[in-house]
Amino acid sequence: MMTGDGSLALIALLLHALGFLTLAIVAPLRRLGRPGAFVSIACAIGSLAAAVLSWQQHMGGAVSRRVWEWLPSQGQTLMTVGILADADSSVMLCLVALVACLVQVYSLSYLSDEPAPSFGRYYTYQSLFAFSMMGLVLAPNLAQLFICWELVGLSSYLLIGFWYRKPSAARAAVKAFWITKAGDVGLLIGIVLLWRQAGTFDLTEMRVLVESGALPVAGLSIITFCLYMGAAGKSAQFPMHIWLPDAMEGPTPVSALIHAATMVTAGVYLLLRTEFLFALTPDVLLIVAWVGAFTALLAAVLACVQDDIKRVLAYSTVSQLGYMMTAIGAGFASAGFFHLLTHGLFKALLFLGAGAVIHAVHSNDLPDMGGLARKMPQTAIVFLIGTLSLAGIPLFGGFLSKEEILGAVWAGGLVGPFAVLMLVAFLTAFYMFRVVFLAFYGVPAAAHAHAHGHAHGGHGHHAEPHDPPAAMALPLWILALLSMAVGVYFTFTHPETEFTAPGWLMPAAVGTAVAGILLAWATYQRQIINPVSLASAFGPIRYAAINKFWIDNIFEGIYNVVLLGFSKILGWIDRYIVDGVLNVVSAWTLTSGDDLRTLQTGRAQDYVYGVAVGLLILLLWARWALA
Amino acid sequence: MGLQAYLTLAAVVFGIGLFGVVTRRNTISILLGIELMLNSVNINLVAFSRFSGDVTGMIFTVFTICITVVEAALGLSIVILLFRVRRTVTADHLDLLKG
Amino acid sequence: MTGLPVLSIMTWAPFVAALVVMFCARNNPLLVRIVSLIGATISLVASLWIYFEYDRTAAGFQFQEEFALVPSLGITYLLAVDGISVLMSLLTSIIIFAGVFASWTVKNRSQEFYALLLLLVTGVYGVFVSLDLFIFFLFYEIAVLPMYLLIGIWGSTGEVRPQGIFGWAFGRTGVGTKEYAAMKLTLYLLFGSAFILVGILALYVTGGSRSFSFLTFQQMTFDPTLQTWVFLAFYVGFGILAAIWPFHTWSPDGHASAPTAVSMLHAGVLMKLGAYGVVRLGIGLLPDAAVEWAWLVGLIACINIVYGALSAMAQTDLKYVIAYSSVSHMGVVMLGAATLTVNGLNGSVFQMFAHGIMTGLFFALVGLVYEKAHSREIFKMGGFATMMPGIATAFTIGGLSSLGLPATAGFVAEFLTFLGAWGSNYSWWLFPGVIGAFLTSIYVLRVTKQIFWGPKSEDPHFQHLPDAIGTEWAALGILVFVLVLFGVAPGLAVGPIDTATVPLLSRLPGQ
Repeated sequence: MMTGDGSLALIALLLHALGFLTLAIVAPLRRLGRPGAFVSIACAIGSLAAAVLSWQQHMGGAVSRRVWEWLPSQGQTLMTVGILADADSSVMLCLVALVACLVQVYSLSYLSDEPAPSFGRYYTYQSLFAFSMMGLVLAPNLAQLFICWELVGLSSYLLIGFWYRKPSAARAAVKAFWITKAGDVGLLIGIVLLWRQAGTFDLTEMRVLVESGALPVAGLSIITFCLYMGAAGKSAQFPMHIWLPDAMEGPTPVSALIHAATMVTAGVYLLLRTEFLFALTPDVLLIVAWVGAFTALLAAVLACVQDDIKRVLAYSTVSQLGYMMTAIGAGFASAGFFHLLTHGLFKALLFLGAGAVIHAVHSNDLPDMGGLARKMPQTAIVFLIGTLSLAGIPLFGGFLSKEEILGAVWAGGLVGPFAVLMLVAFLTAFYMFRVVFLAFYGVPAAAHAHAHGHAHGGHGHHAEPHDPPAAMALPLWILALLSMAVGVYFTFTHPETEFTAPGWLMPAAVGTAVAGILLAWATYQRQIINPVSLASAFGPIRYAAINKFWIDNIFEGIYNVVLLGFSKILGWIDRYIVDGVLNVVSAWTLTSGDDLRTLQTGRAQDYVYGVAVGLLILLLWARWALA
Repeated sequence: MGLQAYLTLAAVVFGIGLFGVVTRRNTISILLGIELMLNSVNINLVAFSRFSGDVTGMIFTVFTICITVVEAALGLSIVILLFRVRRTVTADHLDLLKG
Repeated sequence: MTGLPVLSIMTWAPFVAALVVMFCARNNPLLVRIVSLIGATISLVASLWIYFEYDRTAAGFQFQEEFALVPSLGITYLLAVDGISVLMSLLTSIIIFAGVFASWTVKNRSQEFYALLLLLVTGVYGVFVSLDLFIFFLFYEIAVLPMYLLIGIWGSTGEVRPQGIFGWAFGRTGVGTKEYAAMKLTLYLLFGSAFILVGILALYVTGGSRSFSFLTFQQMTFDPTLQTWVFLAFYVGFGILAAIWPFHTWSPDGHASAPTAVSMLHAGVLMKLGAYGVVRLGIGLLPDAAVEWAWLVGLIACINIVYGALSAMAQTDLKYVIAYSSVSHMGVVMLGAATLTVNGLNGSVFQMFAHGIMTGLFFALVGLVYEKAHSREIFKMGGFATMMPGIATAFTIGGLSSLGLPATAGFVAEFLTFLGAWGSNYSWWLFPGVIGAFLTSIYVLRVTKQIFWGPKSEDPHFQHLPDAIGTEWAALGILVFVLVLFGVAPGLAVGPIDTATVPLLSRLPGQ
């Protein structure tokens, strides 16, 4: 077996392609449902193995690059496809392969109620997504990156709209596609401009150009800003964050994979891959940092007022993406990337845990839950592990990565964003523990559901909530243990960083998080502080947050009034003015024909008269002309 | 009398014929008008023939007279046919070519 | 290479099939279809053979056939193909092959329908392969004229309410009826071909070589002033067929009224004749004028892209949406040509191909939906995916290609065009292009969501609709396959195109 030449990464990539093609082309297999799912899962497991082995080869800094010509131009190669496996892409590949694999296993049980054909369809989309995401991660050039970037967008669109009969799902799917596509407009422009400036799409060649100083810096800010626009769309940065909460209309495992662990982090990954370009444009980096910090804060505030457990998690994802972006904006992309990896683990865990809860209580809403820790202890434990990771408590997954981000932002000299991020850390701990206390502790909702006399109707036959079956529990535990392992490992072995964080940072960060937890505990568990009065203390902000700060309304207004309105006007103009002119010409022809034909009386005498007069005129003219 | 007198006569006869063709409502009168016009041409031909000493004009005239006879016969038969079909010989009513 | 006149076989096979259909297959609908299919298959095989046998290293014009028709005037039956025509012939073959399947269900006078369709295709092939401008023009007219009968007899009538300051005129012209659409299309295109004829004759007379051969003209250098206005004549003449703004209004009406296979052929192939003419005769023969007029061609193309997309968004009739999307996409084609860069021109020709397949697919699907649901009103339909999953999938793939999603042919074409646009003298062309792609994503997905993926319509007419069956699958399958194949492996198309565009552009001044 060949090693060290990227074959393993290539295998990992192509296995998913194989899975996708098998399911897409062999329609009977897809319609069978479960057998198709097993094909897809087999590919995913193989892919995971290959990805891990590939990571082992490349984690030391070895780089494998293999490219093939994809598009010729002027007899030469214009675009290539291939793989670029280095330390960053290999570890990201592992994350994608792992989460994809676990989510596929989890979905076996989660979606077991689906009819067989749509079950098969689900796994087809999943394979497509995993393939495209891996292609994105391994992309050796920006062209391939863009191709896979769009394909993950497509998979996301398909999976959000998986339950397409639900109007809200169909709507959320196109919304997600449009908003990310708007960002992609920027990305595409950026890539075209960059190609013109650098003469290549290839990341390695570009890095060489930058390092040798051969890349002209003039105008680079526009290019990096355009690239950032794409990243902002995909990674849900303000104001393009609005699609992500709506994307929760998809099945929960999809949210775990695409809208938490992998696809939404593609923007962060893009910025990591083009870090050397952004380093040349500090002004754009500043924008990245401030927008990131603002997004983090905005999303954290929004998360505090949500009642839908998935929406809380969605906003927390947006908020964490803001975190990563801020670190990149501070100039330390590796810190952002580190958080991306740990976040991928524990956020997938949280989503899958939430999925288990939703599966058990058949509702997304926190008021329908409560006291679940007794009925589903396993779920409660793993969810708690995820929550502690997210809050950044030592020994748990997100601890070090979060602290690194804060350190990076401080070291980057961005005091404002740093302060914002500290506030966000507090809010994060608060809203996550609010979920934990409301869902897993407190009064079981079933009690007052009975009192309301089956207010929801039709759900009466559901059994008591209980822990999920093995296919769902296994992924949960794997992710929980990995989160713990990462947390424990990095709590005791600090990796070397490019910057030095001040000594007070770690206690401060942990202290903030603990304060957030305590507030949530006091409010929702012990009810020392009345939740209602806490809410009313933040009256206007809360009101605005419940209305999502009207950002969705603004977008909707732009879409409905500006875009559709303008197109209606233009369509009218096209039909009645542009085409109208043509019809006027045509109508004139008809009218003048009508007028002229009255000359045709049909009486032979009139014609003779005409001939005679004409002859006379001709004779007179001849006489005049000849004279 | 010079050639001019004959030509003037012919022009006047032609004008009378044309006037008749254009103004008369009765188809038979129109045919008469056409006869006049043809004969004015005959006068022209004969006059030119006489003054230029070329006999061709005379031959043409005889030829024209023959054709005039045929034309009159044909014209009248068309008029009779028209009368049978349309029950009228008034030119104003014969406007099937009206656009 | 064999001595087989493969270009003539490809060109005339549909014509022969049309004759057979008219004279030997009377009153036997199945035989009509089989004969037509055989004719289309022969052409398809021939064009595939040409595609594979075309020598890419030698490039230039190949498979040349020559036969003097009127020696005294220099009219020769001269056929040959280069990289661009190879691809365009392949496109024509694929579309007519699918089109024969797509019109399988035509009931009314099907033998005349098929005969005219095949006659039209002969004209299209002829335009793509002929190098003698006289023959070129002849074929061009053959391609345009049967359209009148095809739309006028087998078309469908819609309704447009007269409004606005020109409302009175609409009342006069009978807008909305199939007769109106057929007449508008034919008159418009013939108006355009008058310009083309004048242009060709101007070149012939001033060239003074007593030859209509493209190759002879290419050797000459025409006076710049002459070039200026002849180019304009070609641009307007061919541009009308390529639906350049503001001469595009025949296209939505025509496509909406035409029967399925005719819309497929017309939007899929015939509109490309216009763009092909601009590239072949405009840029190929009049390089100085091409550079001089690039600003105009590009500007109009940008208007086309954005204007077409926005107009498509405003439509409520499914066929009009697709028709306006053609206007928008033809803008991309013309934009690529106007860039006068290799990438742009490659993108342009590739877009002709990609859009041909894509729009062929779209019209086939619209035809199917109409046949089953008897409606084209977008906002009355809904949730069809549950009943016709196959059609829904194909429509979604077509839509994705239309908005330039990677892994479909549409993406590569647009991407190359954008690269070319930014590399041209007028780099701002990039922005309308990219924005057009974004707008396309909005209207295409909006329509797709409304008809297929949204909640199910309450209308009792739309409750039990069948999916595609039998021969219908053949049409869809072929088109989807080609669309994805050329998206995944664009080198298949760009390879031959590249061999033709590089020498074409090397003749431009300043190259």
